[in-house]
Parts: sequence; structure tokens; C-alpha cells
Amino acid sequence: MVAVTSTAPRQGARKPGGRQALRLVVLIVIVAVVLYPLLWMLGTSVKSQEEIVNNIGLLPERFTPGNYTQGWNNFDLSFGRFFLNSAMVSLLTVVGNAVSCLLAAYAFARLRFRLRGIWFAVMIGTLLLPGHVLIVPQYILFRSLGLVGGEWPYLPLLIPQYLATEAFFVFLMVQFMRGIPRELDEAAKIDGASPYGIFRHVILPLSRPALVTTAIFSFIWTWNDFFRQLVFLSSLEDYTVPVALTLFIDSTSQSAVGPMFAMSVLSLLPVFLFFLAFQRMLVEGINTSGLKG
Amino acid sequence: MALTTAPGRTGSTRSARPHAPRRGAGRNRHGEGLAGYVFLSPWLIGLMGVTAIPMLLSLYLSFTNYDILTPLSEVEWVGLANYERMFTADPSYWHAVQVTLTFALVAVPLKLAAALGVALLLNRAWRGVGLFRGLFYLPSLLGGSVALAIVWVNMFNRDGAFNSFLAIFGIEGLPWVNDPEWALETLMLLAIWQFGAPMVIFLAGLKQVPGELYEAASVDGANRFRQFWHVTLPMLSPVIFFNLVLETINGFQGFTAAFVLSNGTGGPVDSTLMYTLQLYIAGFTDLEMGYASAMAWVFLIAIALITTIFFSTGRFWVHYSDGER
Repeated sequence: MVAVTSTAPRQGARKPGGRQALRLVVLIVIVAVVLYPLLWMLGTSVKSQEEIVNNIGLLPERFTPGNYTQGWNNFDLSFGRFFLNSAMVSLLTVVGNAVSCLLAAYAFARLRFRLRGIWFAVMIGTLLLPGHVLIVPQYILFRSLGLVGGEWPYLPLLIPQYLATEAFFVFLMVQFMRGIPRELDEAAKIDGASPYGIFRHVILPLSRPALVTTAIFSFIWTWNDFFRQLVFLSSLEDYTVPVALTLFIDSTSQSAVGPMFAMSVLSLLPVFLFFLAFQRMLVEGINTSGLKG
Repeated sequence: MALTTAPGRTGSTRSARPHAPRRGAGRNRHGEGLAGYVFLSPWLIGLMGVTAIPMLLSLYLSFTNYDILTPLSEVEWVGLANYERMFTADPSYWHAVQVTLTFALVAVPLKLAAALGVALLLNRAWRGVGLFRGLFYLPSLLGGSVALAIVWVNMFNRDGAFNSFLAIFGIEGLPWVNDPEWALETLMLLAIWQFGAPMVIFLAGLKQVPGELYEAASVDGANRFRQFWHVTLPMLSPVIFFNLVLETINGFQGFTAAFVLSNGTGGPVDSTLMYTLQLYIAGFTDLEMGYASAMAWVFLIAIALITTIFFSTGRFWVHYSDGER
């Protein structure tokens, strides 16, 4: 970091300004290409059906917010229901991941116990385990327990999240905890704190940044997740937003494009708001976490 | 991935240090061992109940003709029949393998190239870098969703934005997503569009390259291309390796966009039949869960093999500046 900030200005000074300007132009072109699909989605969501076909511009000639109300009420249940379902699943997942992964991470990062090395290696092994491999037997198991399409059909989605199965977050928190000075633990130990006391009074308060990162990514990934929700949710009233959106595809009458886009925009809104609020953290937090330590 | 396992290795060696148990011998040490398992218990239960037992069950089922409709107690052992069918009698299976390999072999290198290219452009720090980085990263947050897949499919429709763009140059476009020749390519573009996540990792890697190396290289008369080839690439190779492993494994698992494009069928003419989609169809549309389990195991072994190949070839081209391998 220091090396970069100290060399960059010098390099810049050596160079003619033209190269920097060219670089900026290239970047702006790339940004335009990258953002175009999002802007087009936004524009299309407020175009009338006629304009969707004929007006190739980004902006509508006539602003048509009606797509939103039509999309909201397009099915037997309103999208409000699907949004509530999605929000509930996502928030409960956040809680489950935060709690269970933090407990496991504390054990791996700080406590000495038999077979720790082996369990840690197993945890790292599950990092690369594709979820698709487990979906069939998990479905069978949850179904034999009466939990698929049961009283509360979200249990198969939520139970794994309360059992620290997202190895990625466990790993992230272990890495984070390794950065907390051990002297703090030792001091607490000398004061007579048990492993539980150290967790409660030293590790838990200091792990807040890792918890926040976990919570945000947990939310976004669950909100966007489709595969598991598609498999485990079978009746309309239980549908989450991604599953409900696919209902639009089934009814591919051209007239549904505007409403379909309107609901797509709404479904991305929470993720986008998270992005605006936590941009720096999202970009730096998780992606580089595997590289540190 | 070598980067991620390295801390694990140090962690386990630390716990295996011979004097560690003796130092902590006594009541306190015993208490810590117990506490370790108390804190680990949710994870252990999850490992057994949600991962290990389902994996074994799936291995068993892969040798049966299990469908969800007959009770587990009445399943019939069919030996290797599922595997035989997969490899010799099911053309759509091989089609799925081919589609998935094509997707990963084309989309992953292009995505990483885009990520590295833009990271190099951004790396020469000046104001506005944060904004650009954020904007490039945005697709990685949104791109895996059903909503974005819907937008993408419509963009490459006959009346979509892409054809409108082509029309400016007088080119008449195709209904790309309905064309078996082009449908998979549109999905590749969607994957490449999400180059922001590996780009951020490349940027972090580029910051670690000591500026003195470039100065030394330019003193020695190396031009920009040679600097890139002899300084940047070797210094960045651990990060390239990390991204390559991660993106390849992710690439094999593409599901959502293929499902949305084909409405869950893998069409047109099986051109978007990604492996995971084929597995979903076998298990949850055709309800042939024994067969789907066999597919899942072959998938798992294939991914393990590919990861092993990456790691064994990595030692020839990945340079760690501290000499560690």
C-alpha cells in the first residue's frame, strides 16, 4: 500500500498527461458498456409495451409507472408477499450464519482441543464442495423428516444456515480472529476468565467487523439465491422473489415484459441499496479476505 | 486456493506441536478441550447431518433406481447401471458435459482477462479509482440473480437492446437466445460481465508488487511489455492461480441463467444444458434421484480432479515471493 502511493505520483509525473487522459477515456467507455444493461433494465421497466418494441433509446418517451403496479399484482398473490418471504428467509439466514459461524470460528481460531487440525482441514475441504452435489440427498432427508412443503417450508433452507455449513464465513471469521492480539485472551485468562468468558467479553465485541461483513454477504447471497429456493419451495404462497420472478417466464406473452422488468428492478433494489451503503466494505472486505494472513 | 490453505496449515501445525498439550495439562486444559467441542458443536452437527450423511446417502442412492415416489426401504440395488447409462446410453448427459466444459473453457479465461486488463488500467492510482472500482464490482453483486438473467435474456432477444445496437450499423441481428448456435454465448457474456469480483482481487494483488521492481526493470531498459511479462505476471501468479481455481469451480456450477434462458429445459436444442441444470432435471423434473445422485458424484469427482490438476501444475508457474510453495 505504502509502496504504491509513493511510486504512483512519481510515475504520473514522468508521464505525459495524454496517456492518463486516454486511460480515463477507455475506462469511461468500459463503464458505459458495463452499466448499460442495468440502465436498459431501468428504462424498460417504465416503458409501455409499444415503446419496448419500437423505442431503442434508454429513456421512455412516455413515462409508464403502471408496469410496477401491474407487475406487483400480476399473480394470484401480490409481490408484497414474495418480498416478505424473501426478507424473512434472508434475515433469518443472516442470524443463523452470524451466530453459528462465529462459534465455530472461535473454536478453530482460539481453543486447543483434540483433532482440531483435522476438523479444520475438513472445514477447508467443504469450502470447495459444490452445493449442487448435496441437494438431492438433502431433499430426500428433509422430506423424510416431513420438512419439505411442511408446516413451515423454510426449515430446509434455514437449518443448514444455523449449523455453520457456510464454510466460507467460518474461514473469514477465523482469519479475522487471528488478527486479534492473543495478549487480550491471556490477560482475561489471568483474571480468571473461562473460554466462554473470553468469547463473550473479548472475542465477540472485537469481531464486529467480521460479523457485519458476514451479515451483509449472507443477506445478499440468500436474497439472490435461486437453486435451493427453487428446489424446496413448492406452493405459491411460500415463494420467494426469485422463484416468483420465474413465473413471468412461464407466461411469456409479450405483454408481460414491462411488468416483469419492473419487478426485476424492485428485486434488485435491496442489493443495490446495500451496495450504496457499504460499497467500500463490500469491495474490499470479502474479496481480499482469502489473501490476507 | 494455496493462499487460503496456508493459514490452515500453520493453524494445524501449531496445535500439533508436541509440547502444547503438556503445558496446558490439568483442569484448565481439560476445560478448554471441552469448550472447543461446545463451540464447535453446531458445525459438527451440520457437518454430519447436512454434509457427510447426505453425501454417503447420495453415494448409496447412485447405485439404486430410487425415485422420490417409492419409499426408501423399497429401493432396488442396480449396481453400476446408473453410471453405465450416463457414460454409454445417455447422449444428453455427454451434451451437458460438453456444454459445461465449453462454458468454463471460454468464459473463465475471458472473464479473468477482462478482470486483469481493467485492474491494470485502474492500478495507476489517481482520484476516481474508488468510484470506478465500485461500478465495475456492481455486476458481480447483481449478476447471479434471476432478475439479471431475465434482463440478459431479453437484451439478446430478437427485439432486444443488442439487436437495436447492431441496427445502428445496419446489421440485422438474430434472436440470439433462441438460436442453439448462440444461446450459450449469451450466457458466457453474462459471466464475463461479472468480471468485477476477480478484478478486485487482482487490484489487491497488484498493490503488493513492490514499485522498486519496476524501477529496477526500467533501469535495465525493460519496456512496458517486458515489465508486464517479467515483473507483473510472475508477481501476480499466486493471485491469478487463486482466481483461476475459484472462477473455474464457479463456472462449472452456473445454473440460474441457464435455467431462466431455457425455462428449465436446457434448450434451445440442449445448447444451454449446464451440468447442474441436467442434474436438476434428472432429480426434480424426471424424479430419477438415483440417476441424479450418480451425476452428482461424477461431478464431485470431476471437480476434485480438476482442483488437483490445478494444484499440481500450479507449482510450475505460480511464484511465491517468500519462496513458499
